[in-house]
Amino acid sequence: MVEVDRHPNVKILTYTEVESVQGESGDFRVTLTKKPRYIIEDKCTGCTTCTEYCPVLVPDPYNQRLSMSKATHIYFTMAVPLISYIDEECLYLKEKKCRICEAVCEQKAIDFSQKPERIELKVGAIVLSPGLEVFDPSLRGDYGYGRFKNVVTSLDFERILCATGPYGGQIRRPSDGKHPKKIAWIQCVGSRQVTPGGNSYCSVVCCTYTQKQVILAKEHDEDIEATIFHNDIRSYGKDFERFYQKAGVLPGVRFIRSYVSVGREVPETKNVTIRYTTAEGVKEEEFEMVVLSVGLNPPADAKDIAERFGIELNSHGYCKTNPFSPIETTRPGIFVTGAFQGPTDIPESVFTASGASSLCGELLKRRRGKLTIEKEYPPERDISEEEPRVGVFVCYCGANIASVVNVPAVVEYASSLPNVVHAQEQLFSCTTNSAQEIIDTIKEKGLNRVVIAACSPRTLEVLFQDTVRQAGLNQYLLEMTNIREHCSWVHSREKEEATEKAKDLVRMAVARAVSLEPLREFELPVNKAALVVGGGIAGMTCAISIANQGHEVHLVEREKELGGMARRLFYTIEGLDVQAYLRDLIQKVHQHPLIHVYTGATIVEATGYVGNFVTKVNSERGVSEIKHGATVVAIGAEEYKPTEYLYGENDKVLTLLELEEQIAKGEEGVINSQSLVMIQCVGCRNEDRNYCSRVCCSQAIKNALKLKEMNPEMDIYILFRDMRTYGFREDYYREASDRGVIFIRYEPEDKPQIEALEEGGRHLLRVTVTETTLGQKLAIDADIVALAAAVISSQDAERISQLFKVPLNQDGFFKEAHVKLRPVEFDTEGVFLCGAAHYPKHIQEVINQAYGAAGRVLSLLSHDTVIASGAVAEVDEKKCIGCGACALVCAYGAIELRETRQGKKAVVNPVICKGDGLCNALCPVAAISLKHFTNEEISKQIDVAFATM
Amino acid sequence: MCSGRVDLAFILRAFSNGTDGVCVIGCWPGECNYATGGNYHALNMVHLCKRLLEHIGINPERLMIDWCNASEGIRFADLMNNFSKKIKELGPLGKSEGIEKDKLSSRLEEVIKLVPYIKLVKKDKLSLHLDNVEEYKDLYTKEEIEQLLSEVVSYYIDPEKCQACGICRKRCPVEAISGEKNQIHVIDQDKCIRCGTCYESCPPRFAAVRKIIAEPVPSPIPEEERTIVRKGKISDSIGR
Repeated sequence: MVEVDRHPNVKILTYTEVESVQGESGDFRVTLTKKPRYIIEDKCTGCTTCTEYCPVLVPDPYNQRLSMSKATHIYFTMAVPLISYIDEECLYLKEKKCRICEAVCEQKAIDFSQKPERIELKVGAIVLSPGLEVFDPSLRGDYGYGRFKNVVTSLDFERILCATGPYGGQIRRPSDGKHPKKIAWIQCVGSRQVTPGGNSYCSVVCCTYTQKQVILAKEHDEDIEATIFHNDIRSYGKDFERFYQKAGVLPGVRFIRSYVSVGREVPETKNVTIRYTTAEGVKEEEFEMVVLSVGLNPPADAKDIAERFGIELNSHGYCKTNPFSPIETTRPGIFVTGAFQGPTDIPESVFTASGASSLCGELLKRRRGKLTIEKEYPPERDISEEEPRVGVFVCYCGANIASVVNVPAVVEYASSLPNVVHAQEQLFSCTTNSAQEIIDTIKEKGLNRVVIAACSPRTLEVLFQDTVRQAGLNQYLLEMTNIREHCSWVHSREKEEATEKAKDLVRMAVARAVSLEPLREFELPVNKAALVVGGGIAGMTCAISIANQGHEVHLVEREKELGGMARRLFYTIEGLDVQAYLRDLIQKVHQHPLIHVYTGATIVEATGYVGNFVTKVNSERGVSEIKHGATVVAIGAEEYKPTEYLYGENDKVLTLLELEEQIAKGEEGVINSQSLVMIQCVGCRNEDRNYCSRVCCSQAIKNALKLKEMNPEMDIYILFRDMRTYGFREDYYREASDRGVIFIRYEPEDKPQIEALEEGGRHLLRVTVTETTLGQKLAIDADIVALAAAVISSQDAERISQLFKVPLNQDGFFKEAHVKLRPVEFDTEGVFLCGAAHYPKHIQEVINQAYGAAGRVLSLLSHDTVIASGAVAEVDEKKCIGCGACALVCAYGAIELRETRQGKKAVVNPVICKGDGLCNALCPVAAISLKHFTNEEISKQIDVAFATM
Repeated sequence: MCSGRVDLAFILRAFSNGTDGVCVIGCWPGECNYATGGNYHALNMVHLCKRLLEHIGINPERLMIDWCNASEGIRFADLMNNFSKKIKELGPLGKSEGIEKDKLSSRLEEVIKLVPYIKLVKKDKLSLHLDNVEEYKDLYTKEEIEQLLSEVVSYYIDPEKCQACGICRKRCPVEAISGEKNQIHVIDQDKCIRCGTCYESCPPRFAAVRKIIAEPVPSPIPEEERTIVRKGKISDSIGR
């Protein structure tokens, strides 16, 4: 949020609604209404004095109304902008009384005369990210919610777990504040239901967030017994299966597959009883607290949104989209991201967000850069001749730090430290006016080192670096020390000790700051072309989007033809024609003047770095040397060749892809068969491949429905472990069930058995399976058995991983930079990722991610230069003895040993160096040094770590 | 910066400053923030350091390494609380060891001086990346460290052989060699980090640098005797 806030080209309008949208794609006129917050935004410093004095207690909406807040308050601690707003519960707004806040606000920031303000904007494109609502169980009183105090929703529980939550991060129950030891979670609340008021779809996120809550609850208090009542466990996402296992093996955690009903509240204890079924019959059990894993709803005002923006909604009330163009709404120029596409998890939301930026870029490419503002900085002051003059700014962070740490005492202590010429406190160092104060002080007092004692540098270091730059200092002359997460938040009950610790941290920071040196960053030119490796749907979609924004794209495909895995898919679960779509896509690629296609290609060499890659490709065009600024890995995945269930021995045993091919060909032996069995989870969710292939459940249902359509008489059995038809795909699961497809669940320890028989001239496959509900063995005679074979990583993954120096995970899929926040890029700068190479996924998800990768590629290629960090390793050639220890540990290949007249010497390529400093730690002679984290800087911190020494 | 940046010298320095316990916390193995597996290097170095501590009589339990990711605040707090508890039980540095603090400090100083040498000798082992975290435990043996520290190498310039060519002086990374034109060169044993660059760079025809293992180094030749007395022509002595 802070990054968005400080971006010179993003203007944030909070508390504002869109009234209407006129015009058309490329030229919209948008009318907005800015609601009165009764606070003058530019004047409010977020000091919360108004909140302190406000007499009106209101249930805190951010904490799910579990705790109280005031009528004037900041919505939550990290809100952007970090300023108050006045709720309609305000006494003055209701009864023209009070106005205490006006009197106490020193900034004169309260303004009760504010009226709604109309704003007209002209924009070329619109992105809708209205998010979601959680399902509200109070409407139907599901499971006693609203009646029984200790029945809470998962969002309530999420707040209860949080340090800034209603109970300060302690797990307490609402009825009496006691620490519950026995907690039940009930899954699918409001989801997968066709009863009125419920949602027919699966809400996608609840299985995994429940597991997260269980793990966190156990971390809070290991004595908690957690029971999860569930239907299918849908751990379909990357690494979700392992996460499920992690939760499952915790002591005192039970996963129970059963529908439940909540019985009663025990009057004396306010405990709640739950009835559920087991193999032995119906059981009733008492719990101290019950968490309802509520599902997701479309935004409450979705209909309104649709009307004002002139877009259509689907039958579930989410934005209507086409699975082949999932980011586009029904109105050109208006795009949709995140959960408004349908229930979705964080990585997918990020795909679509970045993807929408790419689509906006395509639409507005002629105007790219016309309105952008570049940040300008004053010339840098040369401090090389100056003695260190350190300024220390200690942040209150409202009450976050100041309620525990005695900030004035820390400031006083800081003033006494050597080289400190200025120390002061600030209410919120991160606000714009505080930043100005820092700038002014640097100039006034001639500071040449700045220490900020506040929160984690992870979020705000860049902001403060920017601040010191604005004062003419090199940004590497800033040192941050964390007295919030590392101090006040964790020592809230030991105020004195916390203050002492804050002093220790400031002392260490000052010691390091004194040794800090100004560093130069590197500006590298950016080659404007992109290389896309893999010509499937992911690679092609990504290539087209990049090329549509005016960049040359080299598209490399291993096979002789484009298309990838989609060549073997014929229809989607929604009934769309994949081949027609694919033909169209391939044609677009071939016709695009900026896309160069290399088929039958192998990459023989890849060198270079962000903005400046050189890749050698051997293809039907001969050997080509491609220069490019960005690389996209889109090499897809493959189908596992089963070794089980007679596959390869009996030609009536097919994989799902083979089945689909035969259906598409109209193979009579398949279509006219009397009985067909599908076996799910073949080759995955096992020891060899401990992950879920994500797509197979829906693929099975898709094919079952197709077969039922062609031959309604056919008996179709799907043998499964958990049906993972997440999202809207749930509707097709239900449809298949309604159409007579028989679903039989099996346990992994008791897999189905298969034998080939001949009975009365009929060749058949007898599949025996233990039906888990009845515990009985069933034998099904099938003409065809289709195996949901796992999706496995590409055979080329290992090679591509080595060539482009990007990592694979333990399952052989590419490992993104951050599973949630950076899902389409690698840590290796300039290399991006999309499609099934990342993890198995449906076509719609592939397209989302492909646009997402294109968006990230463009944010690189749209610049003429790229900045490389100054905090990299450097060699003092005089000291280097050429032992090679540094080069041995450098996984980036940034160090090379060169022969000189003085013997071998290590040389660092600063552009490739990522600043991990392994070389520095191994260098015996301290010849190689990680700048900004030098031996001297760290040693000085160690030396002053303890005040008494 | 990665946990693999933690230098052997940093830990020893902290102990030498009188710190009673040191812990290194890195990303979980297999979850490297840099995709370089630097946390394995940290683990490797910590195990070496534990052996060194043990060798000089410090309880290796005073050094801990563990893993924690950014979202595991509670785990981090637990790790810290448990470690502080353990260190409090052990008491101040030297107490549980039954050795005077000053004595430990001087032992630590000695080891710190040897850090460059240790890094050089154990270079290959220190850069090993083992897949199994457990395997690091026995990477360094007690005997190995004993041998390492008892057979420390020193270098000495034989005054009889030195021809004052100056190559060693120029190559020495720590400027531990003094000498001028026509002056026999001398290694300052206090500054020397035992990297052997002088030994390797001394022209074979002089072979003036001697490698001395586990033996006392002869005292340096007095300054007034350092001028080289050339017998016959200079070209003779060099041309041999």
